[in-house]
Amino acid sequence: MTDNEHEIEQPDERVPKRVIGTPAPGTSMLGDEVPVVEEGDVPGVTFQDEQKARKAEKVVALCFAVTFLAAIAFIIFYVVIQVGSPEATGMSNLALGGTLTLALLGLAFGIVVWVRQIMPKYSLIQERHEMASDEDTREVVSDTFVQGARESGFVKRPLLRRTLLLAAAPLGLVPLVLLRDLDNSKMPASKFSETLRHTVWGEKTKEGKPLRLIVEGTGQPIRAADFNSPGGILSVVPEGYEHDLNALAKATLILIKFRPDEIKSGTNRNWTHDGIVAYSKICTHVGCPAALYEQTTHHILCPCHQSTFDAADGAKVIFGPAARPLPQLPISVDEQGYLIAQGDFNVPVGPSYWERGDAEAEARSKGGHA
Amino acid sequence: MSDLTAVPKAIAGPSSYLDDRLGAGNFLKRNLRKIFPDHWSFLLGEIALYSFIILLLTGTFLTFWFQPSMTEVVYNGSYAPLKGVMMSQAYASALEISFDVRGGLLMRQMHHWAALMFVAGMMVHMLRVFFTGAYRKPRELNWVIGVLLLTLALAEGLTGYSLPDDLLSGAGARITQGVIVSLPLVGTYLSFFLFGGEYPGTDIIPRFYSLHILLIPGILLALISAHMVLMWVQKHTQMPGKGRNNRNVVGAPFYPAFMAKAGAYFLFTFAAVAGMATFAQINPIWLFGPYTPADISAGSQPDFYMGFLEGSLRLMPAWEINLFGTAHAGTLPLSVIIPALVPMGIIMTGLALYPFIEQWVTGDRREHHVVERPRNNPHRTSIGMAAITFYGVLWLLGANDEISAFFHVSLNWTTYVGRVLVFVGPALAYLITYRMCLGLQRSDAAVVSHGVESGVIKRLPHGEFIEIHTPPADDIEAHLRGKEPVPMLPVREDTSGIPPKGMRGPLGKLRARMSKAYGGEKIPLDEGHPHEEIEEHAGVGSEGEDRSLTR
Repeated sequence: MTDNEHEIEQPDERVPKRVIGTPAPGTSMLGDEVPVVEEGDVPGVTFQDEQKARKAEKVVALCFAVTFLAAIAFIIFYVVIQVGSPEATGMSNLALGGTLTLALLGLAFGIVVWVRQIMPKYSLIQERHEMASDEDTREVVSDTFVQGARESGFVKRPLLRRTLLLAAAPLGLVPLVLLRDLDNSKMPASKFSETLRHTVWGEKTKEGKPLRLIVEGTGQPIRAADFNSPGGILSVVPEGYEHDLNALAKATLILIKFRPDEIKSGTNRNWTHDGIVAYSKICTHVGCPAALYEQTTHHILCPCHQSTFDAADGAKVIFGPAARPLPQLPISVDEQGYLIAQGDFNVPVGPSYWERGDAEAEARSKGGHA
Repeated sequence: MSDLTAVPKAIAGPSSYLDDRLGAGNFLKRNLRKIFPDHWSFLLGEIALYSFIILLLTGTFLTFWFQPSMTEVVYNGSYAPLKGVMMSQAYASALEISFDVRGGLLMRQMHHWAALMFVAGMMVHMLRVFFTGAYRKPRELNWVIGVLLLTLALAEGLTGYSLPDDLLSGAGARITQGVIVSLPLVGTYLSFFLFGGEYPGTDIIPRFYSLHILLIPGILLALISAHMVLMWVQKHTQMPGKGRNNRNVVGAPFYPAFMAKAGAYFLFTFAAVAGMATFAQINPIWLFGPYTPADISAGSQPDFYMGFLEGSLRLMPAWEINLFGTAHAGTLPLSVIIPALVPMGIIMTGLALYPFIEQWVTGDRREHHVVERPRNNPHRTSIGMAAITFYGVLWLLGANDEISAFFHVSLNWTTYVGRVLVFVGPALAYLITYRMCLGLQRSDAAVVSHGVESGVIKRLPHGEFIEIHTPPADDIEAHLRGKEPVPMLPVREDTSGIPPKGMRGPLGKLRARMSKAYGGEKIPLDEGHPHEEIEEHAGVGSEGEDRSLTR
C-alpha cells in the first residue's frame, strides 16, 4: 500500500492510443511526429512545417540523384558487360538489374518523401451522389426510346424484323465455321478418335520388318542378351521415329527387365521376352511420361499426379488418379537378337477420351489379353 | 524561392489548344481534385495494375526476339551444354533472349515475376474487396469484371508459360491436352482443333502466341480500362471513420497528392519486380532442355496460380465410367473431369454470383460506399475463409511431392490427408472464423462501452483490484461505430400468421431462413453499458449475443 494512489487517477498519459485492428490516429509512416498545424485557406488542407519541408527537400534531392547515377551506371554496364556464357550473362543480369532496381527505388522513395513531408496533409470532403439518374431523366430516356423505336418501324413492320433476325442467324455462324480448318491434319473429324487408337508400333520398316526398340537419347537398338540385369530400366522409342514428337507422344515405352519369377499374372508373358516387359510410358491419367521407377517395389510412378503402377503385375494402378493400367506392348526379338515390337498395343495408350469406350473389354472379347 | 502564381505558358498553350477542341476543361474542373480515400488495403489492386503495365513493356521487348515456331532446328547459340541439340525454334529463341541479348534474361525474368505479381495482386485485391463488402451495390458490375479479369489472367498465364517450349513448359501443355481430350463428346474434337491435329503437333505454340500477346491482353486491357472508369465514376469506397458516411468521400485530392503517391507506388512495384528478377532466378529454361513428350523431370511444378488445379488433379481418386460398356463411345474419365472443372467452377462461379446471392438473402438494395470491417459480417467472412481454405488445401497438395520429400513423409499419405482436409478444412475454417468474428465484435463492444484498458490497476477501499478503463480516441471510436447490422429480410408473419409474399414457397422459406442466419446484429455495440461505467472490469458478454453455433 503506497500513498500515491491519487496520482493514478490521471491515466491519460498511459492510455494506448491505438486499438489493434484500427487505423493509427494521424501519424504518418515516415514522419516522426504529428505535423505542425498550419491551416491554409482551404479547410482540410494542413501544411507542413517549412523547416521540416526544407530538410525533406534535401532527402528527396539525394534520392533523385541516386536515380540519376544508377541510370547512368545501367547504360555503362550495358555497353561494358558482354553476354554469351552463363557466367557473363549472370554478371550482366546482376549489374543491369541492380542498377535498374536502384534507379526505380530512388525515384520511388524520393516521391514518397515529397508527398509525405512536403505536400500538405489532406482531409478533404467531397459529396457523393446516388448513381441512379432522377425520375425525370429516366422518363425522358424511355420516352425517347419508344419514340425512336416507333419511328424506325421495327415493331410495326414484322416482316422487316423477322427477316433481319433470319439474316443474322447464319451470319453469326460464319466465324465458327471458319474455325473448322484449325485442324491441320486434313482428315475427316470422324477419324480423330481413330488416330488416337493407334501408335507407330503397328507399322513396319521400309524392308517390311517390325520396328526395333531404340534407346531414347542414344538411338541404339537393344540386344536382348545385353539388357540382362534384373531391375534394369530403359526409356524406349520406335526405330525411325526418334524425332517425331507426335509419334513419341503415344509410342514411348518404359522397358523393364525382371527375374522370371517376379512377373505376376497381370502381365502377359507371351508379350515379354526373357523377363523383359514393355509398357507404354504415357500415363493413362492425363498423359505425362510415367518416368520414375522404384526397383525394389517394381512401382512405376508418374511425377505429374503420382499415379502409381505395379510393373510386375501388368502395370495395374495401385495409387493415384489414373484409372487404367499402362498398356503392355507385345515384344520379341529379331534374328539378330534385337528387341522388336510384335505389333501395336491392343488398346489405346494415354489419357482417356469419350470415344475410347471399354477398349480393354473389347480386346478381351477378341481373345487377346489386356 | 519563387512560387507559381499563374499557369506557365508552356502548359497553358497546349491546354487551351486541347480545351478548344475537346472541352477538356469541364472534365478537369470536376476531376483534378477528385478525392481518393486513404487506406493501405486500397493499394493492393494497384499492384496488379502496375504489374500489368510492366508485363506489357517487358512482353513487347521479348517479342522482338522470340520466334513462336515449332520448326526443329539444331541449337547453335552460346549456351554450351545444349550445342548441337535438336529443339524447336521457340526454345532456341528463348535461349537466345536469355544468353545472347543484353538485358534479355533480365526482361524475361521480370516478365515472369511480374506475371506472378499480377495474379497475386489481383487475388489479394479481390480478397480485400470481398471481405470488406466493397462489391455491394453499386459496384457489383465492377466485381464481375474483376472475376473475368482473374479468369483471363489464368488463361494468359497458361498460354505464356507454354511458349518457351522447354521440358517443364511442355508438361503444362501435356496436362492441358489430357484434360481437354477427357471432356465428354467434344474432347477429342477440341484437342484436335486446338493442337491442329494430334498432340503435340507444330501449331500450338504459334496459336498460344497469338492468344498470349494479342487476344487475351487486348481483352484484359479493355476490361481493366472499364474497371478503372467504373471505379472513377462511382468513386472509391472508404473505411468507416470520423466524418465519413455513405454520402461523402474523405481523403486526398488526385492532383497533386494521390497522383504522386500512385506514381511512387508504380515505381515501387517496378523496383520490386526488377529486384526479384535480379536476385531471384525464375524459370531457368536452359536447365530443363527442349520439350519431348517422352521425358519429364521429377518435381515439376506449375506457376503458383495453377497449383490448385494441379492439387485437385492429384487428390482425386481413380474413377472412370464407361457409359455404354464395350461400345466405341461413352468413356467418362471422372478422375480428370471432376478435379479439372469442379473446384475452379465452384470458386469462379461462387465469386461471380456472391454479390447477387447476398443481395437476395439480405434483401439489401441500398447503395454502400462505406465498407464493412470483416468481423462485422461474420457469415460472409467465414464463407470467404472457408473458400480460402478449400483453395489453399488444393494449392498445397499441388506440391505434395515436394512436401513429402522435404518433410520425409509418405507421399501417399499426403494425398490421403489432403482428401480429408479438402472437406474438413473449409468447415473448420468456417466455424473458427465465425467465432473469431464474434469475439472481435465483442472486443469492439467492450472498447465502446467500457473504454480501453489503461494498464493502471487501482485498489478499491474494500480491497478489490480493478483496472481503469478510459474512453477510446475519437477516430477509433468513430471507426468502431461505423458498424451496421447486416440487413435482414422482413420475414415477420402478419397478425394471422401468414409470411410475407415471396416467402411462402420452399425457396422462399429457405431464403427467409438464410436471411435470418446471415443477417441481423450478433453483438450490439453498446447494449446497456453506458459510458459512466468505464471503470468496470467485469466480462463484456451481453444478453442478446448470438450463440447459434455453440448451442
